[in-house]
Amino acid sequence: MAAKTPRQRVQSLLPALDPVRFLPAPGHASPVKAPDDYALPSDELLLEAYRRMVVGRRFDTQATALTKQGRLAVYPSSRGQDACQIAAAMALKQSDWLFPTYRDSMALIARGIDPVEVLTLLRGDWHCGYDPNRVRTAPQCTPLATQVLHATGMAEAMRRKGEDGVALALIGDGGTSEGDFHEALNFAAVFRAPVVFFVQNNKYAISVPLARQSAAPSLAYKGIGYGVRSEQVDGNDLPAVLSVLTTAVERARAGDGPMLVEAHTYRVEAHTNADDATRYREQDEVEAWRAADPLGRLTAYLRDRGLLTDEIADGAHAEAEQYAAELRTRMNADTAADPLALFDHVFAEPTPQLREQRAQLAAELAATETGGD
Amino acid sequence: MASITMAQALNAALRDALKEDERVLVFGEDVGPLGGVFRITDGLTRDFGEERCFDTPLAESGIVGLAVGMAMGGFRPVVEMQFDAFAYPAFEQITSHVAKLRNRTRGRLTLPMVIRIPYAGGIGGVEHHCDSSEGYYVHTPGLKVVTPSSVEDAYHLLRDAIDDPDPVIFLEPKKLYWSKADADLESRAVRPFGRAEIVRPGRDATLIAYGPSVPVALQAAEAAEQEGRSLEVVDLRTLVPFDDATVTESVNRTGRCVVVQEAQGFGGVGAEIAARVQERCFHLLHAPVLRVAGFDIPYPPPKLEHAHLPGVDRVLDAVDRLQFDDEPDLYHAVTKGATA
Repeated sequence: MAAKTPRQRVQSLLPALDPVRFLPAPGHASPVKAPDDYALPSDELLLEAYRRMVVGRRFDTQATALTKQGRLAVYPSSRGQDACQIAAAMALKQSDWLFPTYRDSMALIARGIDPVEVLTLLRGDWHCGYDPNRVRTAPQCTPLATQVLHATGMAEAMRRKGEDGVALALIGDGGTSEGDFHEALNFAAVFRAPVVFFVQNNKYAISVPLARQSAAPSLAYKGIGYGVRSEQVDGNDLPAVLSVLTTAVERARAGDGPMLVEAHTYRVEAHTNADDATRYREQDEVEAWRAADPLGRLTAYLRDRGLLTDEIADGAHAEAEQYAAELRTRMNADTAADPLALFDHVFAEPTPQLREQRAQLAAELAATETGGD
Repeated sequence: MASITMAQALNAALRDALKEDERVLVFGEDVGPLGGVFRITDGLTRDFGEERCFDTPLAESGIVGLAVGMAMGGFRPVVEMQFDAFAYPAFEQITSHVAKLRNRTRGRLTLPMVIRIPYAGGIGGVEHHCDSSEGYYVHTPGLKVVTPSSVEDAYHLLRDAIDDPDPVIFLEPKKLYWSKADADLESRAVRPFGRAEIVRPGRDATLIAYGPSVPVALQAAEAAEQEGRSLEVVDLRTLVPFDDATVTESVNRTGRCVVVQEAQGFGGVGAEIAARVQERCFHLLHAPVLRVAGFDIPYPPPKLEHAHLPGVDRVLDAVDRLQFDDEPDLYHAVTKGATA
């Protein structure tokens, strides 16, 4: 194969001018023809994605309800980003690694992680409820963009060990302004690490709209400066997101290096239950995006093609209801967090000072129990 | 036993660790073919290959964040920050992730990694090259913080740090890189990790020092000996874990204590030590615990650093204030209390 010309090299890194799209969307009468690189996922995969989206959506509404009931300290909903969440989980093998943020709980349950373990952070029992090594998923990351470097390091570790694993880092539009995002793209490109950076551009960083976040033509253009191949995709189009992400993951696995994928989507709910989105955006805008709901679009497509029968739909909704009911029951059980466990994992072995402080707390707790002061 | 420099001892420690454990990796800025700006990684890429010792792009947060991921993936990274103040871009990674990952995951993810940082002054460096940054790290739960003062200890503490199951901030006193001494690199277990060492026994007062201030304390003790005062010198070696037992035993015995640090004094390690000593030794103290430190100023330009760094005279002045003549110490009452 002849070496690429400078122009070809630049073009091979740039995203498509319009987001990759398979499904009809409001304002887009007919689907944009996807580049040849991306294949429509199989019917079987799309039905599986549908089932997971129905369950994921129900999980999300249940978590919001649990917050209102005081069972969760806070919950950042990913409603509206459902296609991104489910596709991220489906694009990975169990042996790959996922590096999620606080808004990616739906992706974690779609990856098969116990929802109670996922919500442990937000319930407040501990910082991370699941075993990251067992589920090959890093703790949900709160400091923005920091996890993107960890994903790069993990990818590089897997590459050096001769494993064929890939790391997928999730990040939002606001996070792409952070230095760590840029350092991660740069490191990943230099090392050709098998990592995929998946930006869910949901248009708001808490209250700050995209226009105040970046003047880039699209966030996917942040890849070319580092020599990272990039793509943009309609984030509410499950087949498109799944196809692009799967391609990115498999190319990374094959040794083609990192890839940046930007999904255009929308955060339908406020930042968290503690946020008031009416202070910074119009309801008309939210309604317009609700009309492009990813679950609605996938459902319509599958119905049109005759793939989704009432039986399948009813089955998915019944499964979702059962999932939510079990989650409710388990989350409504009171848990007893042990204060003395606070000292257990500061170091492998507690220092003498931590032993003293643990004894002090034990004495305080004993005094409280016996009614002393 | 060969006479080597601290820089050579650190190089030997990295070499032996690379040899003994294939999970150990060395990376950072200019650590490859150049061997690091202080040559601590000299020859490692040549002898162990690019796969084991390699240059990274110039981004400190990136280096530490990459190390976090690689440690999660089973490696034991030893990364170099080129200078103390150049490590600040990595501060978020260090405080929010390196220090906390074991705790956040209840011990399921651990980070056996070492962040090497050349620190402190005394080498005529221009601004941003001479900070004493230990205070930031010791204040962060989950980090072990180590600083050697001798050639031999540099080797053994770095080996211990690399073997440690927890992340270690390894602070290398730049001005001691070229100090030379006979060093036994074989006897690994002589000074256990986490234990301070009495490097000079004495009767009349205890000088507590670490890293670059240990030689200053030793010189001060030597000078005091000429004047008939016997000063004990404790080298802390590890700031975290902190060896209360050795410090308390020494001060209880001598009844007087001066803490010597190069860093600015306010809110620093010396303040913590002074507080701990008063809490533990109050009834056996004959005088307040004093601190000798740098001033609370941004690190001075090269021609003025001599005025900032605590030297032998500043240490001896403090020792003179330890109420050996039973006169109360009116230093603060007279000179500092007389505000307008």
